[in-house]
Amino acid sequence: MSIGFTVNGVYRELEVDPDKPLLWVIREDLQLTGTKYGCGVAQCGACTVIIDGIAQRSCVTPAGRVESMEVTTIEGIEGPEAEAVMAAWTEVEVAQCGYCQSGQVMTAVSFLRETPNPTDDDIVAAMNGNLCRCATYTRIRAAVRQAANSLEGRP
Amino acid sequence: MTDLTPNRRAVLASAAGLIVAAAIPLPGRAKQEAWPFAPNAFIRITPDNIVKVLVKHSELGQGTWTGLTTMVAEELDADWAQMWAENAPANVQLYASSIFGVQGTGGSTATPASWLPMRQAGAAARAVLVEAAARAWGVPGAEITVSRGVVAHQGRSSDLRASFGELVPLTENVVPPADPILKTPDQFTLIGRDVPRIDAPEKSNGTAIYSIDVVRDGMLTVAVARPPKFGARLVEFDSATALATPGVRRVEQIPTGVAVYADDTWSAFRGRDALDIVWDETGAETRSSDEMMTVWAEAARTAPAVAEDRGDVDAAMASADEVIEAEFRFPFLSHAAMEPLDGVVELSLDRAEFWMGSQWQTSDQNEAAARFGVPPENIAINTMLTGGSFGRRTTADNHFTAELSEIAKAAGPGAYKLIWSREDDMRGGYYRPLTVHYMQGGLDAKGNIVAWRNNVATQSLLADSPFEQFIADGIDGSSVEGSRGLPYRLPNARVALATMESSVPVLWWRAVGHTHTAYATEVFLDELLERGGKDRVQGRLDLLDAEDADRHRGVLERVAEIADWQGPDAGNGIARGVALHKSFGSFVAMIADVSIERDEPRIHKVWAAVDCGIAINPSIIEAQVAGGLGFGLSAAMFEEIRLLEGGDVDRWNYDAYRIMRNAEMPEVEVAIIESRLSPTGIGEPGTPPIAPAVGNALRALTGQTPRRLPFVAS
Repeated sequence: MSIGFTVNGVYRELEVDPDKPLLWVIREDLQLTGTKYGCGVAQCGACTVIIDGIAQRSCVTPAGRVESMEVTTIEGIEGPEAEAVMAAWTEVEVAQCGYCQSGQVMTAVSFLRETPNPTDDDIVAAMNGNLCRCATYTRIRAAVRQAANSLEGRP
Repeated sequence: MTDLTPNRRAVLASAAGLIVAAAIPLPGRAKQEAWPFAPNAFIRITPDNIVKVLVKHSELGQGTWTGLTTMVAEELDADWAQMWAENAPANVQLYASSIFGVQGTGGSTATPASWLPMRQAGAAARAVLVEAAARAWGVPGAEITVSRGVVAHQGRSSDLRASFGELVPLTENVVPPADPILKTPDQFTLIGRDVPRIDAPEKSNGTAIYSIDVVRDGMLTVAVARPPKFGARLVEFDSATALATPGVRRVEQIPTGVAVYADDTWSAFRGRDALDIVWDETGAETRSSDEMMTVWAEAARTAPAVAEDRGDVDAAMASADEVIEAEFRFPFLSHAAMEPLDGVVELSLDRAEFWMGSQWQTSDQNEAAARFGVPPENIAINTMLTGGSFGRRTTADNHFTAELSEIAKAAGPGAYKLIWSREDDMRGGYYRPLTVHYMQGGLDAKGNIVAWRNNVATQSLLADSPFEQFIADGIDGSSVEGSRGLPYRLPNARVALATMESSVPVLWWRAVGHTHTAYATEVFLDELLERGGKDRVQGRLDLLDAEDADRHRGVLERVAEIADWQGPDAGNGIARGVALHKSFGSFVAMIADVSIERDEPRIHKVWAAVDCGIAINPSIIEAQVAGGLGFGLSAAMFEEIRLLEGGDVDRWNYDAYRIMRNAEMPEVEVAIIESRLSPTGIGEPGTPPIAPAVGNALRALTGQTPRRLPFVAS
């Protein structure tokens, strides 16, 4: 069956089973491999993408559900929040193995778009759904804080 | 000269010639053409002034790309912006670890094993560039300077300058010196500074490529149905429904189970679910982990193999004023790396090429060669970035490489990606072994420790493996490491081992034996100090009596200082615990502030002091200590793989196997001891001390010592 949706600004029509998780459509049909498989059951957040403006777990999102919607992956994320987050992630040197970090970055970008002036507790709560087995959590918090500050024009 | 400060992606693009994400997700890392200046196996310098370092120790997140590249850049006097790193190919002649004698990464040895070889490689390359410039300019080499990638000679009337790249065409007839002069630490300009982590950009924007991302022409993706219990065997299977699943191309029996080959991962998983398989469970492990724990605990009482014996423990225990005993129980643990096991093989008639997160390249290469019946040189391994390892990607039995090879063998020439699902990974064994420690301590009338007994019951990691030769006098050193040779004055001490048997496959898990021995020794010691009326920090300091006591003392005093240690009560319902543990050559002390919130321990802050010799990159050391203690804390708090009655694993994914989340991670402050000594391990030493530090705080808080991990029952 054919499903049509926009990925990173480009409208695509794909012949895929509507039950197939969006994660595998993104990774294998579209070859956008920045979005990662970690658990398949919406527990780890490595597969986080933005669907119609909301961060969601692509591993439990059937492809059929994004018909006519807009999907943004790490390859296509843009704007001041995205730039601030990725710059902070690099400067703070958040990543160790790096595998979960696409999902962390997508969650952080989505969060800062919604919450421009977050408290430290807001940051922890927003990032709590994304597992990091290297336990880079303290640097994740520091990088989100740095990105939020730079968006606010603070050092 | 050309002023070229490339960013890493630009380097990739120019070096590979082409990056087409859709067709070739490998950005040319595996195959590079035209690196004209190759002074040794580790360094390539291009005419466009890029210095590529072939890193022989796999980048698992611990920072080998940055650390080893820093060593080269330091002696080469390169500009950090021109440096680039990639994993070296599998080649034992060129890339054997100077510690293991084969190519591999483990035991926190990448940095110590590379400290001389990588600096020598950099210094030799520098000498060649200087000599090439000297010949070209007709000046003495001794008058030439190199700084931040610029080779220069200042004459009376002329200033001559060249980049490395400009000198590349002139290096052809220059022979690298065999024994180049290395810098002294006071000459270092990069080592000891936080040079930017080389893989930070690509791991912040989704472009880093892992083996799960590799695609080859015509590749099939494979999932394997394996026995539901450890030691069970395949009897028969019906593949009709699986083969009728859309996208499934074939089904084959392989030694580890039934392999389903499909166009994509989802189809492979669905096809596997549709298999009808009969397993023979005769000979499988059918005990529950609770039953095993009881058997282990019994064995620990009379552990027969003596690993260390000082003084006369029996006599000292008999004459002690008070004898305290304790038992500590540790569960099976899963590594649960975020990227499950996966890899790609491309088989042609008599050779095979692998893309995988190999951590033990020589063994993987030999295993594949044996499976295919070809010489090892016909096996190429492209070591990929890995989504974590923590020990999981180096296996004594090479089971992953073997399975991947068998998949290709069963289906014939072609390209295959093997992917373990999260469930395959978590229920598939290779756990940190279930372990019991039985401890006895004798105190005299003044509260001094006069006798110490530590009996360990655990499964051997080395038995029945190629490493069996390292078992000496019935002792697998990895079972007892961290429990013998303690730095404390314990004149009568015995450590003994009961080696347990089970068909549950076990494996080293970040910090290996130290994951349980540090808890047993540092918690029990803390109890004895309390019982003897001693301060937990000063009491330890007073007992330090080892050759390297000054380094133990250094980290313990430093951590007490930065945490402002005043004893276990920190007020406001917060208690503090301390622990000190040396592992992998490095010394780490920690203090943890802990309270109870909503019936669970809450760790507010952890202070750590570390002495790992010279600090090559303090930022990475801080990250490894924080991450290492986070890994250890996650296990101590929440993690446990259980076998149910009958032998089935009960936890298959992160929903049931709880690992630590962001909100549970404490604030961390790390102090690094200044040192000019050779560097020691840093990937693992941060893990062992956290569980005992928290356990000791919990005893201070509740009056009860946690005797069984994890702290939070689930």
